[in-house]
Amino acid sequence: MPARKTVARLSQPHLLGIEPLRVEDIELILATARAYQTRVADERRPVPRSDLLAGKTLVLAFFEASTRTRISFEIAAQRLGMDVVDLATEASSVQKGESLLDTVKTLSAMRPDALVVRHRGSGVPHFLARHTDVPILNAGDGAHEHPTQALLDALTILDHKGSLSGLRVAILGDILHSRVARSNIHLLSKFGARVVLGGPPPLVPKEFERLAPGLTVCHRLEDALAGADVVMMLRVQLERQREPLFASPAEYARHYCLTPARLAQAKPDAIVMHPGPFLRGIDISGEVADSPRSVIPHQVENGVAVRMALLELLTGAPA
Amino acid sequence: MKPLIIKNGCVVDPASGLDARRDVLIEDGRIAAIDTFIDRADADLFDAAGLVVAPGFIDIHVHLREPGKEGAETIVTGTRAAAAGGFTAVACMPNTQPVNDNPMVTRFILGQAAQAGPVRVYPIGAVTKNNAGEELAEIESLRAAGAVAVTDDGRPVSSARLLRRALEYCRALDIPLVDHCEDPTLAAGGVMHEGEWSLRLGLRGIPALAEELPVARNARLAAETGARVHIAHLSTRAALDVVRRAKQQGVSITCEVTPHHFTLTDEACRDYDTRAKMNPPLRTADDVTALIEGLADGAVDAIVSDHAPHAESEKQTDFESAPFGIIGLETAVALALDKLFHTGKIPLLRLVELFSTGPARALGLPGGRIQVGAPADLTLFDPERRWTYRAAEGLSKSRNSPFDGWSFRGCAGVTIVAGQIIFRR
Repeated sequence: MPARKTVARLSQPHLLGIEPLRVEDIELILATARAYQTRVADERRPVPRSDLLAGKTLVLAFFEASTRTRISFEIAAQRLGMDVVDLATEASSVQKGESLLDTVKTLSAMRPDALVVRHRGSGVPHFLARHTDVPILNAGDGAHEHPTQALLDALTILDHKGSLSGLRVAILGDILHSRVARSNIHLLSKFGARVVLGGPPPLVPKEFERLAPGLTVCHRLEDALAGADVVMMLRVQLERQREPLFASPAEYARHYCLTPARLAQAKPDAIVMHPGPFLRGIDISGEVADSPRSVIPHQVENGVAVRMALLELLTGAPA
Repeated sequence: MKPLIIKNGCVVDPASGLDARRDVLIEDGRIAAIDTFIDRADADLFDAAGLVVAPGFIDIHVHLREPGKEGAETIVTGTRAAAAGGFTAVACMPNTQPVNDNPMVTRFILGQAAQAGPVRVYPIGAVTKNNAGEELAEIESLRAAGAVAVTDDGRPVSSARLLRRALEYCRALDIPLVDHCEDPTLAAGGVMHEGEWSLRLGLRGIPALAEELPVARNARLAAETGARVHIAHLSTRAALDVVRRAKQQGVSITCEVTPHHFTLTDEACRDYDTRAKMNPPLRTADDVTALIEGLADGAVDAIVSDHAPHAESEKQTDFESAPFGIIGLETAVALALDKLFHTGKIPLLRLVELFSTGPARALGLPGGRIQVGAPADLTLFDPERRWTYRAAEGLSKSRNSPFDGWSFRGCAGVTIVAGQIIFRR
């Protein structure tokens, strides 16, 4: 791994979302992540490891269940030589009624170098960032943002398409409850992609069009898919709905599952993405998920690279 | 007590239409004379040059939090904040702990208020036991103990059947029913206005329709029962249109608007600032425009603060977990002067009406006019004075204001209750 003489910095001390980032910030993150990718240049290249951040400590505070994002952050930190502490929220003082503010103050007092936060409440990382100097990485807040997912998605699209500008990207499914959708909408729009949203009417309100320039909302999956270069499927977030917004998973699947027939509406070289975990046969058919068009495993790999880049950029110069 | 002459002020009295420089003589706690020049050798003088002398301002929507939540506010601190904000009287909401759903709580509040000081406190009783919306509270006994109206404020009366029964009592007792209009099925789980900003922030929204539907229902029930319905903290254009139309048809319906709803929009939630979280939520710029039109043309009857104190620790949490509500007694008059009068949208006489005659009429309270023989409750304010509000220096026990650090043109100056100067800036 080539040693960088100066460590570049983001314009912000925290990664709270994509919306507040500048285009240059995103370009810097993606450029930094490329050095950590495991497969693009050479399949046999060894997994990059370094001690760039040795002696630094990362705290993972997942107040909401997570497997892939938590493990991805953990691996990213370990590959850079960081010590990782996992705050097991189900066994911690959080369960004893400690306030969120007291928890973050306590964690900050132990001087970690970064704090990764996932919480079911939108805006929780923003609240915490007002009360600590420790860099906070938002690993998903409620239905608001999931910035590392959008960054790894962008890296994956770039690996396949070379550029974001002018691409037609269909984001389909439960947009209303999706933090992945929001982060991707902001990122793709900043780079000039044309984003089309599609899904059941109550899950894709028309007002979404006001979130970013060039955004359109359709309801029929076929319309949203027409001419798409990239198809991003989203999981149906049953756990976030207060009441069922569609009749049944079967009814959802009949109209909104990505099947080979529906995918045929997209461009022949369109790639299919999914942030996972996916529900086979409900939001995406097994045939599509397992087809060569699916870049889902590539997304997962890029997740580690993007998170390594963010840890490098946010925890600063080598200790 | 020596007689007091308030000299050189500009007396603005909406009830009589008076808007001119006058001296006001106060004797034995009552207004003894209003004239172009009053001279009495035995009287104290107060020079009110540059000040507007208005009927005592009445805030008919205040949460004093006592009994039960004395950590956030007490009747003593709340009435001091009222006096500092220019209010000579407040009506306090029944959602205390315990709820003011029986005459013992009403009497307790009146007893505490009498000890607290001269600001007049008018308790509002509950419509239903424990504000639970299930069984009628002791409305007749509440009235007999001194409640001036009934409400389940903080919650709607969602059962049309219960509301109809309550209105029948209210009509017989000649008191208004104050309704917090919110369709619970539409608003469920919402923490801010449903629209572009709630989508952007990933927060569950409360649609404007959740307010409009019960307002429409209430207008029909008011017409049907002949009772007076007062719509609390109205916040949307559509709900205001319903009230305006009902008024034109002769229905006994009145409504109130808060300074935060005519000043801020849902965009104030953008940084997840819990001081922008209240119910009803901050709405859109179009709603703000509509509310100001209603304040100007008479569709709105009163400006109220909906003063809702919360302890620091309650609001210092993430947006979704934080309680609804902000304090407002000490900023209401300044916001009205700055955002309504100085912008040329509302003339001074109408603005004074919205703080005095209007609220008095809506709840059927005494006061609201400057009249020889009436108790000398007066609000003197300086429409030109520039100042900066600091919540930490306020007299309320709580600090949850989105206007902390805001600078205003115009402020409350002197508050007089029954001839006694109780606050002077």
